[in-house]
Amino acid sequence: MLYSQKGMATAPIKTAAGKNPPQGFVYLPLIAGWLFPGAGHFLLRKWGRGALLSVSIIGMFVLGLAMKGKIYTGAQDVLDMLGFVGDLGNGLLFFVSRLLGLGADQVQVTTADYGTKFIVVAGLLNVIAAVDAHNLRTGRKSE
Amino acid sequence: MTNLSHFTAVLLFALFASTVFGITQRETPRRMFRYGLYCFSLFVASAIVISWLMFLIAR
Repeated sequence: MLYSQKGMATAPIKTAAGKNPPQGFVYLPLIAGWLFPGAGHFLLRKWGRGALLSVSIIGMFVLGLAMKGKIYTGAQDVLDMLGFVGDLGNGLLFFVSRLLGLGADQVQVTTADYGTKFIVVAGLLNVIAAVDAHNLRTGRKSE
Repeated sequence: MTNLSHFTAVLLFALFASTVFGITQRETPRRMFRYGLYCFSLFVASAIVISWLMFLIAR
């Protein structure tokens, strides 16, 4: 059965922020932000925020490497698996570091243990930043 | 190799994490700054309190 929509409310669908639905590939800032810290915000022309996120996340990752932190290469047990997932959040930083053989194979000094945590947390923060870029893109976050 | 003291590492960790939390969890720049400052204070204060607790327990 067909109904006429004449006279019915046919306003365009709006997002929570009150804007029209986004056009194009909405996952681009999410993927770009994951691959390179801050890139998702740069795509959305949020230069200041992108720069701060970039400096914070890359700074944390580099400090982790400088402290001889370990980059997880595989998962032997559950904790290793969690660390590996955290490291993966660094996107290209993780893959390039693996290719260049950066990071220690084993934690031998106390600061290396801190460094390992810096690298994992940098990855987790990068995921948060990428999701934030996605939320800005879809209009779930207004500014 | 960088030999940071534990406290310097805590400060740097708190600074970077608070920056990301502030930017991602709030919407206006003013609220971002205030929330970042709040997170930084909590990170540092909790590290100091827990350190003292561990020191007292270990004695």
